[in-house]
Amino acid sequence: MTKQQANWSPYDNNGGSCVAIAGADYCVIAADTRMSTGYSILTREYSKICKLADKSVMASSGFQADVKALQKLLAARHLIYQHQHNKQMSCPAMAQLLSNTLYYKRFFPYYSFNVLGGLDNEGKGCVFTYDAVGSYERVGYSSQGSGSTLIMPFLDNQLKSPSPLLLPAQDAVTPLSEAEAVDLVKTVFASATERDIYTGDKLEIVILNADGIRREYMELRKD
Amino acid sequence: MSKSVVDVPPKDGFSFDLCRRNAMLSDKGVKPPSYRKTGTTIVGLIFQDGVILGADTRATEGPIVCDKNCEKIHYMAPNIYCCGAGTAADTEAVTDMVSSQLQLHRYHTGRESRVVTALTLLKKHLFNYQGYVSAALVLGGVDITGPHLHTIYPHGSTDTLPFATMGSGSLAAMAIFESKYREGLTRNEGIQLVAEAICSGIFNDLGSGSNVDICVITKGHKEYLRNHLLPNPRTYVNAKGYSFSKKTEVLLTKITPLKEKVEVIEGGDAMEE
Repeated sequence: MTKQQANWSPYDNNGGSCVAIAGADYCVIAADTRMSTGYSILTREYSKICKLADKSVMASSGFQADVKALQKLLAARHLIYQHQHNKQMSCPAMAQLLSNTLYYKRFFPYYSFNVLGGLDNEGKGCVFTYDAVGSYERVGYSSQGSGSTLIMPFLDNQLKSPSPLLLPAQDAVTPLSEAEAVDLVKTVFASATERDIYTGDKLEIVILNADGIRREYMELRKD
Repeated sequence: MSKSVVDVPPKDGFSFDLCRRNAMLSDKGVKPPSYRKTGTTIVGLIFQDGVILGADTRATEGPIVCDKNCEKIHYMAPNIYCCGAGTAADTEAVTDMVSSQLQLHRYHTGRESRVVTALTLLKKHLFNYQGYVSAALVLGGVDITGPHLHTIYPHGSTDTLPFATMGSGSLAAMAIFESKYREGLTRNEGIQLVAEAICSGIFNDLGSGSNVDICVITKGHKEYLRNHLLPNPRTYVNAKGYSFSKKTEVLLTKITPLKEKVEVIEGGDAMEE
């Protein structure tokens, strides 16, 4: 009998880690710039961070071809939104749009693991974390991608978040200052790079606050 | 009774007792356990007065680095060393076994071990296990007949070469050797070329990383340069450091000696029956 299954997969995993931290008046979104497949590095300078609107920034790991398609679709949807409403989409609105876009492909998903960071309508930092098919939640901090299993417990230890079940609802933002949050992000990436083979080369940090948007870079291990 | 009641397995040869069981289990979707594989770059070359071996120091288990500074250049005899790639347990066990056989052979003959002896012992063992002992080796040494360098594949086939690479970073390292190796390298040129080949593996192969180990073997002399290069220091350290609050409650600090819990009977007929 001949082979019945497909011997080709439409998916690949290009690795990489993403982190986002929300503060009272800022949001930090960070990702490494390594793109790899199997045991090979495809490039050491691939930005996983995409600015979707003035106050929403998405970092995505997983399959970068799917990520690219997703970013393109969101950009087109955001352009239509701007024409219809004559304004930029807010971060919580973009979060819902991203969820809907992911769930639309429930049975042939985008293989992308996203964190969306930005500032909400009150100027408060917000982070939304997703799975590949659009389940999402607003949190104070989050991590996705190949190094997330190493990063998330450290963030949990340093930034205890209130239970979302508590009443009255607690604020999810972290108590850190902006400088402390950037420092924490640098530490978690330096640590994840030590133990995760798919994380490394360079760290790209995007900081959103009342002054606007700022970018920082830090070198990571290249092995 | 001339014929034994129970079927005794044959005295030598392979035992296939569990093959049917394993085939049945894998048909039902049972995954065999994973092993610590050293996705590795190991190399060796012959220079004007001996052999140089090199290795990276990363050991991985899937995508996770489980040892950042492991030793992959194993001792075989005072004049022979061996780099190992593949399953860490296999490379370590097979080199240890052969090195003790070589030592016994030296006690028996009173002569220095030869590289071919080590080669034959290793390939015999690996061939016996039909590739299931997943050790890919680069064997190098200097004996009475001069310097020798060999590669040994997990199935037991061997090569005799002037320069060799093995492991997941073998292509990256071989690219360097193919472009820069020549006969009659000096000691320093040799070390530099080996270090460059290993670095090529470290930076371009995700299974290899951390530091460069080198072993130089010449007639009657050897030098093990552990962590010859350290090209991957940690990139960021928080100036203040981090504190981790100790939240686990200590239930008991009093130590009760085991003696109080056990009734000791002195004397008596302890040895009776």
